Amino acid sequence: MEILALNPPGSEKDIEAINARLETLDPDAAKSVETCYQCGKCTAGCPAADQMEFPPNQIIRLVQIGQVNVALKSVGIWRCVSCETCSTRCPQKVNIAGVMNTLRLMARERGIQPADREADMFHQAFLQNVRMFGRLFEPMLVGIYNMRSMHLFHDADKGPLLLSKGKLPLFPTSSDSARVRRLFKKALESK
Amino acid sequence: MTYAYYPGCSLEGTAGDYNESTQAVCRALGVPLKEVPDWVCCGTTPAHETNQLLVTSLGVKNLASARSVSDKVVVPCAACYNRLKSANYEISHDKALKAKALNAAEVSYDGDAQVLHVIELLVREIGLEKLKAAVKKPLKGLAVASYYGCLLVRPERIMKFDDAEDPQTMDQVVAAVGGDVVDWPGKVDCCGASAAIPHTETVLKQVNQILTDAKACGADVVAVACPLCQNNLDLRQLDIRKKIGKDHNIPILYITQLVGLALGLSASELALQKLVVDATPVLKAKGVL
Repeated sequence: MEILALNPPGSEKDIEAINARLETLDPDAAKSVETCYQCGKCTAGCPAADQMEFPPNQIIRLVQIGQVNVALKSVGIWRCVSCETCSTRCPQKVNIAGVMNTLRLMARERGIQPADREADMFHQAFLQNVRMFGRLFEPMLVGIYNMRSMHLFHDADKGPLLLSKGKLPLFPTSSDSARVRRLFKKALESK
Repeated sequence: MTYAYYPGCSLEGTAGDYNESTQAVCRALGVPLKEVPDWVCCGTTPAHETNQLLVTSLGVKNLASARSVSDKVVVPCAACYNRLKSANYEISHDKALKAKALNAAEVSYDGDAQVLHVIELLVREIGLEKLKAAVKKPLKGLAVASYYGCLLVRPERIMKFDDAEDPQTMDQVVAAVGGDVVDWPGKVDCCGASAAIPHTETVLKQVNQILTDAKACGADVVAVACPLCQNNLDLRQLDIRKKIGKDHNIPILYITQLVGLALGLSASELALQKLVVDATPVLKAKGVL
């Protein structure tokens, strides 16, 4: 673990940026991260907490003490499955899931490689698939993910079963794909 | 009135049974659905954790297209429902984001397409009384645990679907079609969602607990309203048997399949053959099929 210097330069700006983003996008849930008093209820209900080096309450604490950079490099923010149980149960109404998502977006904007390689590969393969066809083609998503992650036989037993159940389409459906490609380009290049 | 219908990507693939049963139920109840023209993926988790403008733009594109058909759009997938409703919420609060999203999606849209989950269609649009009146084969004696998962009910401030900790809407549908409502603690637990592929162990742990709870409370079957939940609860029973050594063998049906059975539709019309854990034995034993 990194040795934490208290309140490194620029950290106030990071906290302000997180609070401001959440207040603009989701004002009904706007309670700043400072109001968290570390009861740990978010972590108690988190389905992925046992997979995180910093579970949700510690991520919030890192933000509170100005260690946003540590949070941005954590596995925890990427293991979060956005189930929103944390935010729902927070007695202080801190939008914890919103903070987790904001940290993921900030990590990407700053070019910080997601610390959870598998989840990132899966999500990026998903988006490439949608960018190509306009809709998700599930068999191709799993195929590409397995190749990139080198988990070649992950769920290999499921393919034939799903095929026999008529649950796997053989060909992708393309929908408005030229416009979707333009949409992706504009959105990802926008400042 | 005609409702716009947004099936979403999963309903063209692993959740084909949800698509078939939703359409069959709507036909049987005389509710006209018209597919949203040129609908595209809602972006779901991969998009919302990658780029805010991307995910809002995908939502807005679909909503504008739905609006060309009707001012109400019916969405069976809980993930799509959550995303489209969130897009409406986001553009109502963040005007700069709205302008950029309309530009990227090449549409004009003012947030006026109302997003309805198929359960809301049944309860709030068609109404439980009308649904009850249409029942031909009540699901008498079938104990159904309604599993809501995350995305239908959370965040409550945006979804406004039902209480986020103890929702009742799906249970009301089960009761209306004559099923026995199971009172159980797992209805809003997370199944592990899209961790199913990159981190299967999270899903196995969650699903094992959810199914253990459902069975301990006497459920014969679990009702779901989300393709991701269905796949995780149904298909992953195979992995739980292999890796945890527990054989749950409990059928996981879409709520629309259960409603369809009560309306007298056939197993093939409701695509029951697509379920991994065969529902036929318990449905026959209870005289539902």
